[in-house]
Amino acid sequence: MSFLSGRTAVAGIGATEFSKRSGRSELRLAAEAVLAALDDAGLTPADVDGMVTYTQDTNQEIAVAREAGIGDLSFFSRVHYGGGAACGTVLHAAMAVATGVAETVVCYRAFNERSGRRFGQPDARIGGEPSSQGLEMSWHVPYGLMTPAAWVAMFARRYMHAYGVTSEDFGRVAVAMRRHAATNPAAWFHRRPITLREHQESKWIVEPLHLLDCCQESDGAVALVVTSAERARDLRRSPAVIRAAAQGSGAGQMMMTSYYRDDMTGLPEMGVVGGRLWEQAGLGPADVQTAILYDHFTPFVLTQLEELGFCGRGEARDYVADGGIEIDGRLPVNPHGGQLGEAYIHGMNGIAEAVRQIRGTSVNQVAGVHNVLVTAGTGVPTSGLILSAE
Amino acid sequence: MTVTTDSTLHERLMTLAERQIAAGEVFGAAAADPVNLPMIRHWTDAMGDANPVYTDPEAAAASAHGGIVAPPAMIQVWTMPGVNRKAGQTPTPVDDVLATLNEGGYTGVVATNCEQTYHRYIRPGERLVPATRFAGLAGPKRTALGEGYFVTWNVTWYSGDEAVAEMLFRVLKFRPRKKKDPAGEEGPQAGAGEGTPQAGAGERAPYPLRPAVNGDTAFFWEGVAQGELRIQRCGGCGELRHPPGPMCPSCRSTDRGYAVASGEGEVYSYVVHHNPPVPGRQTPFVVAVVQLPEGVRIVGNVVDCAPSEVGIGMRVRVTYRQMDDELTLPMWAPREA
Repeated sequence: MSFLSGRTAVAGIGATEFSKRSGRSELRLAAEAVLAALDDAGLTPADVDGMVTYTQDTNQEIAVAREAGIGDLSFFSRVHYGGGAACGTVLHAAMAVATGVAETVVCYRAFNERSGRRFGQPDARIGGEPSSQGLEMSWHVPYGLMTPAAWVAMFARRYMHAYGVTSEDFGRVAVAMRRHAATNPAAWFHRRPITLREHQESKWIVEPLHLLDCCQESDGAVALVVTSAERARDLRRSPAVIRAAAQGSGAGQMMMTSYYRDDMTGLPEMGVVGGRLWEQAGLGPADVQTAILYDHFTPFVLTQLEELGFCGRGEARDYVADGGIEIDGRLPVNPHGGQLGEAYIHGMNGIAEAVRQIRGTSVNQVAGVHNVLVTAGTGVPTSGLILSAE
Repeated sequence: MTVTTDSTLHERLMTLAERQIAAGEVFGAAAADPVNLPMIRHWTDAMGDANPVYTDPEAAAASAHGGIVAPPAMIQVWTMPGVNRKAGQTPTPVDDVLATLNEGGYTGVVATNCEQTYHRYIRPGERLVPATRFAGLAGPKRTALGEGYFVTWNVTWYSGDEAVAEMLFRVLKFRPRKKKDPAGEEGPQAGAGEGTPQAGAGERAPYPLRPAVNGDTAFFWEGVAQGELRIQRCGGCGELRHPPGPMCPSCRSTDRGYAVASGEGEVYSYVVHHNPPVPGRQTPFVVAVVQLPEGVRIVGNVVDCAPSEVGIGMRVRVTYRQMDDELTLPMWAPREA
């Protein structure tokens, strides 16, 4: 057991509605979600002394603090690498709390990703500057390889080739997520399940990815309150104990385009995260009852199942067959519907669902949940969590 | 490529050109000064030419020339009209053609050819007289700079009756291209799928998807511009590496060179981009990770075949596509088995 394991907990979760047009500023969304999470925890803005968000978030910690009426801050931090930051925000918060740097830290992510800046739209500027990232992008952007779907599709094609995986195998992930979302009133795709045939007939985005392999674009915000496990016990909700938290990056890592490593069929950075999580928690794949796997694109859900040890290399297609990751399957994945079904809040909404599963309050509650694994963005340096009931 | 233009202007130009050619050789004003040592000294100083035969009377006397001679490449200097061009300048048969082009909107000018022939060395004291002969007008042409006419003339320099040097001079008079919005989707569709950007096509908007380049990567793009696929090679341990970087991850050396790749490769993975639209591109287009026999991978477009013909393991060969006036990209075309 590590120093960090079990010392801290998620004590509160909050969110705005998930929409395609929030009609409000991103800062307002952030403040609304933060206040909702504090209310959920039974805390007030005055209790907050730390804030963490993504480097990509447009709302500075101090701005959110001002709007939410939060006073002095003794800790603020940002986590980099797009959606790979999601669980990393909780790791940073947990470290701050466990070391006494802060007592109550709020993690948040807020954006108008559909009505504002859409990540899936090509932006000629991303390769423009000779920063290390601009130079990295410059080996790809000039060829029109410049959308997340395209970057992932390149991995997916090799993965299909290596293991005989088909587009229908990817489709089964989409079908499962939409099935879960169909019974989640907070999901954008509430009551709108899809069939495998609809998946197959949806238009090409970037072959081999169909439209329905790609997660939606959403406006919304999610916030989490992290404090000590001891303190969380005295608060309004039963704590979701942070049993393990980790970040990970692999050798030869790039942002979405790690095509130059020996193998293109895995996600070594997620392997780093998984190894750390299992070790910290003293648990293994058989010990989690449900998993929140980052699902911006379906192929990487399969890869994650393999990297995290739920099945062997190339076996994920069998693992997801016959409803294997659906709510009544061998490992229910993303009971809230994931980003494909509920909303794309850069992975933060998945952490909130993990907390609900621990509390036993999810609309799609899995029976007997004690431990939940959560992952963050795939194809980028990433992060993960294991949350546990007391 | 010849293009159509305002026919009235074009006819006027051609008629004028014929008349000027028919006028033959037209003598200009004699040089303001005879060939002289001070001017030679200024010129050789500026050019960094230390040959004593141009400036040192003693050394020159001892040379094969037996005395000071002027550098042959100075030939234009002696009869240049100077800054105040109008004053007392004798018109040449080229002037009217250039003026008509300017009026017609072909205001840009760039010298494209200058070929000089020296019949003998000239010496201080000789007073040169230039004679100009209009040689030709060709156009309108589409060029990288814009639509324009090539104007050619010959100059002969005489010392007395003797022709001592000749020059062919050619300029492109062009209509300066209007700047286009680099992010606009109205730009040329440099589609890689079937779209081969038209090499040398004029009126070409800048290709919007430009690489960032710095000192660590410039060698690659310079190579591409010269039709070479350069792979970084560590000066310390010899390891090949792509994409390149400033320090060898294997031996820490910052001594970097490059190898020129054979240009052959094999598709390791690929995608076909359909949606959303990409600036500067026509969909669908193929992007591949190409495995090189040199042991590294590189990303590029697969061109010259239908997207449906591309597959993992496909043998490809590098080809170079000019995306705009400045950027060339390496791409990959099917290789015969």
